Amino acid sequence: MDLIVTELSVARGGIAILAGLGFSVTAGNALVLRGPNGIGKTTVLRTIAGLQPALTGRVAPGPDQIAWSGHADAVKATLTVRENLAFWAAIYGAGDVEPALADLHLIELADRPAQTLSAGQKRRLGLARLLLSDRPVWVLDEPTVSLDAATVAHFATLLARHLGQGGAALLTSHVDLGLHGAQELDLSPYRARGAAHMQASPAGFDEAFL
Amino acid sequence: MIALLLRDLRLATRAGGGFGLSLTFFLILVTLVPFGVGPEGGRLATIAPGILWVGALLASLLSLDRLFALDHEDGTLEQLATAPLPLEAVVAMKAIAHWLTTGLPLALIAPLLGVLLHLPGAAMPWLALSLALGTPALSMIGAFGAGLTVGLKRGGLLLSLLVLPLYVPTLIFGAEVARRGAEGAATGTPMAFLGAITLGTLALLPYATAAAIRVNLR
Repeated sequence: MDLIVTELSVARGGIAILAGLGFSVTAGNALVLRGPNGIGKTTVLRTIAGLQPALTGRVAPGPDQIAWSGHADAVKATLTVRENLAFWAAIYGAGDVEPALADLHLIELADRPAQTLSAGQKRRLGLARLLLSDRPVWVLDEPTVSLDAATVAHFATLLARHLGQGGAALLTSHVDLGLHGAQELDLSPYRARGAAHMQASPAGFDEAFL
Repeated sequence: MIALLLRDLRLATRAGGGFGLSLTFFLILVTLVPFGVGPEGGRLATIAPGILWVGALLASLLSLDRLFALDHEDGTLEQLATAPLPLEAVVAMKAIAHWLTTGLPLALIAPLLGVLLHLPGAAMPWLALSLALGTPALSMIGAFGAGLTVGLKRGGLLLSLLVLPLYVPTLIFGAEVARRGAEGAATGTPMAFLGAITLGTLALLPYATAAAIRVNLR
């Protein structure tokens, strides 16, 4: 399924930060958003995932076709790995969690409480949820944070498999995933007027709020 | 939806889940009251319905701030908001899970604790019935307050300030059922009001709460 974004303007904290953003990601392709910290990569992804309204512009398809993965892993510490995943499988109406566990090398960890996992293992558990969702468009915000190099490469193959099945992906990443034919889009030219002004006067500008 | 309910019940009963917290608080409160007002049976029996109802109200408030806050902190709430489940159903299920882990145990144990307060035997079924009928409203109103304050750090105080005034009608009619039951008077009218409040909150507040959460997730 194609992801088509037209004339999108997004705001953070009531201030427009990006305007006139337009791109399309056709089925089988991935697009990586680039830009400096605070430019609004996460805000764009959250808007496309339907977590916040756009100021203007349109996104197709709707949020019910989009699988979202954010900074937080949505892992419950007191449940085991398998229980965590089984819950999301029930929510998404997916059947068996074993293939997803196997795909992210979580089988041997399956019966451990999630609180005993390392940051990278928790991230893998968070990414396993994507495989359960069966949604064609993946919107991923920094999916490879705290993953080691081998797991990053493995995740890239899972992503390539999803693309090969006719999916599409929009992501931000500071590491090179090594995806063949992944396009890149620099967000800097789309900076909204007010945001450009803020960037020009860094004094008193707290990027933690972006 | 059932999966969400089961998950919340499981989380509540695991370590640090908060199940038993409300119950213990209720137990401590009820045992402390006779120390405060003196052991005279007649006086205790007069105030018992009110004490038990206020205790139930505060006990159910105790675990409210974690209702959505924990899911918000670890990103689960975002995932649920983008999941195929309507957010209104998420809210309703979480409120039901809260009731099953706080309100229902309170209603079951209250007649037992009524003995400590010299509550007359005739009032026991009415007390349990009024709590069983009224505490779902407490959980649902509480979920609304928790939804409004979900994005705030340390929103517990604000949550209490928002929610406690909304609890007043439930408290009035709930305690009235138990009081009239103790005196052997007709309980139909306050019972009808109590039921109406519970049904009204269950019908309307999931929508309001889901809207509040959507705003707070932005």
